[in-house]
Amino acid sequence: MPANETGPERDKEPAAPRYVITAENLTKTYGDVTAVDGISFSVPAGESFGLLGPNGAGKSTTMKMIGGVSQRTSGNLTIMGLDPEQNGPEVRAHLGVVPQQDNLDEELKVRDNLLVYGRYFGLPMSYLKPKADELLEFAQLTDKAKSKVDALSGGMKRRLTIARSLINEPRILLLDEPTTGLDPQARHILWDRLFRLKEQGVTLILTTHYMDEAEQLCDRLIVVDKGRIMAEGSPAALIRDYSTREVLELRFGSERNASIGAELEGIGERLETLPDRVLIYTHDGEAALEEVSARGLRPLTSLVRRSSLEDVFLRLTGRSLVD
Amino acid sequence: MTLLTQGHAVTEEARNRRFGPLYSRNARAVIGRGLMATKSSNWMVMLSGFFEPVLFLISMGVGMGAVVGSVAGPGGQEISYAAYIAPALLAVSAMNGAVYDSTWNVFFKMNFAKLYQGMLYTSLGPLDVAIGEIFLALLRGLLYATGFTAVMGLMGLITTPWALLMIPASVLIAFGFASFGMGITSFMKTFQQMDWVNFIMLPMFLFSATFYPLSVYPEYIQWLIQAMPLWHGVELLRQISAASFTPATAIHVGYYLVMIVLGLMLTTGRLRSLFLK
Repeated sequence: MPANETGPERDKEPAAPRYVITAENLTKTYGDVTAVDGISFSVPAGESFGLLGPNGAGKSTTMKMIGGVSQRTSGNLTIMGLDPEQNGPEVRAHLGVVPQQDNLDEELKVRDNLLVYGRYFGLPMSYLKPKADELLEFAQLTDKAKSKVDALSGGMKRRLTIARSLINEPRILLLDEPTTGLDPQARHILWDRLFRLKEQGVTLILTTHYMDEAEQLCDRLIVVDKGRIMAEGSPAALIRDYSTREVLELRFGSERNASIGAELEGIGERLETLPDRVLIYTHDGEAALEEVSARGLRPLTSLVRRSSLEDVFLRLTGRSLVD
Repeated sequence: MTLLTQGHAVTEEARNRRFGPLYSRNARAVIGRGLMATKSSNWMVMLSGFFEPVLFLISMGVGMGAVVGSVAGPGGQEISYAAYIAPALLAVSAMNGAVYDSTWNVFFKMNFAKLYQGMLYTSLGPLDVAIGEIFLALLRGLLYATGFTAVMGLMGLITTPWALLMIPASVLIAFGFASFGMGITSFMKTFQQMDWVNFIMLPMFLFSATFYPLSVYPEYIQWLIQAMPLWHGVELLRQISAASFTPATAIHVGYYLVMIVLGLMLTTGRLRSLFLK
């Protein structure tokens, strides 16, 4: 099959640029509001690259600029060596785009959505018909091929949108919050599908405000807040650099959480007080919990867990990711 | 699983086509989509657009015609009242078909179905979308015009083979309205604003010398009517129906050619600023 033939072929290609995406000082302002404030990053082919940040951090705007459907205010951006503003259609010929909100064609049936979308890329029907069936299989929608789009659940629509984005065999897949609004089971199915794409060498560019999603899918990510890059690295490296190995979460009830800080002083390396809980950053969560008990403090609940990207974000911005 | 993201020569070919910044020479994909969508829906709306002028022709032409008798045609010859208003109604139906497709349909696709947003995330450019959608509006105009001309033939209102030229002339009229309609629709944000379209169309339909000659108006009103696009369409088709051509025929055609060019520029510019901001 094609994958076997082309695998080694691709490695020999000398013309391929090392970075498929390069952004330098990328800036976007809407009137007085600066949505993206001078961010720079490069993504090599085959990497799964994430933009992690809260709503309004400038993730979607960055994605739109990459897709050539939003014009940057200043800075440089090249996709496959091309400027998406000057060569919009040509750049998008290389891309698969999964926008934040599904924009499936509700007037067409499920399979026809794939066929018609492929036609937009100028692809012939002789290629599209088998390809559409293959993608329906991939998205686990084969038995829905003749259904109306309306009749699909949220998770199915999302999978169809992802299947649609693959119709032109894109080099780069842009996923803007791919699992927002899905139930846990639907999310896991989707992650599995995305992971398979990653294994096949597709470059994934992913925005999310879910730290678990970023940890599952991203080789490397940037943490974005208020249009700026706060940190950059692999999920493990970010956790290592900006957090401790474990976290002890304590709940003392909403009245006491704020005042308990002084009594916990000195336990663990760092203390973070949130409205609903107190976080103690430490290398040994169990030991910290014993220390809390030894001081005669009785939390309503306690939990020892590993550090996550959520903690990295909290450390960097002083706020939680999902409010 | 042998999916997927490399290996097919056709996808490489499709990537290596020549692209412009606004146009990728693929408007036919937009047209194909429209035809496929029409197959599954819209039939009732399409039919009602066809019957409206036919009903007018029967009620006004046959009913009113019995009272009015014959009137002076474009060349001064006596013709039946039905034969007088039929080409005008054809112009109206070309306008209605084109305007429906390029305003309400486009408004819905732009603001609710997010169809154009999806299209512009592919290698389509805004000009591909504009040309494709306008072509669909013209196709509808062509169907209406052909059907209406057939009805005229059945009612014995066609007296010269030149009258068949009314069909391409209707498409020209539809093109003018469609290219402008889509550009204007891009400014609309709410349903209330869309009602303004009807607010302009209805008076234009009633007063553009559709049912009686322009000479009944005082001169300044005549100038106003003559500035409106529908009047040029009505006059053009009326002249063709009687094979009575004058230098004014060229002016009517020219009016629509200018309208088409300006409309296409407006629409492409608006699509660009709306979706590639």
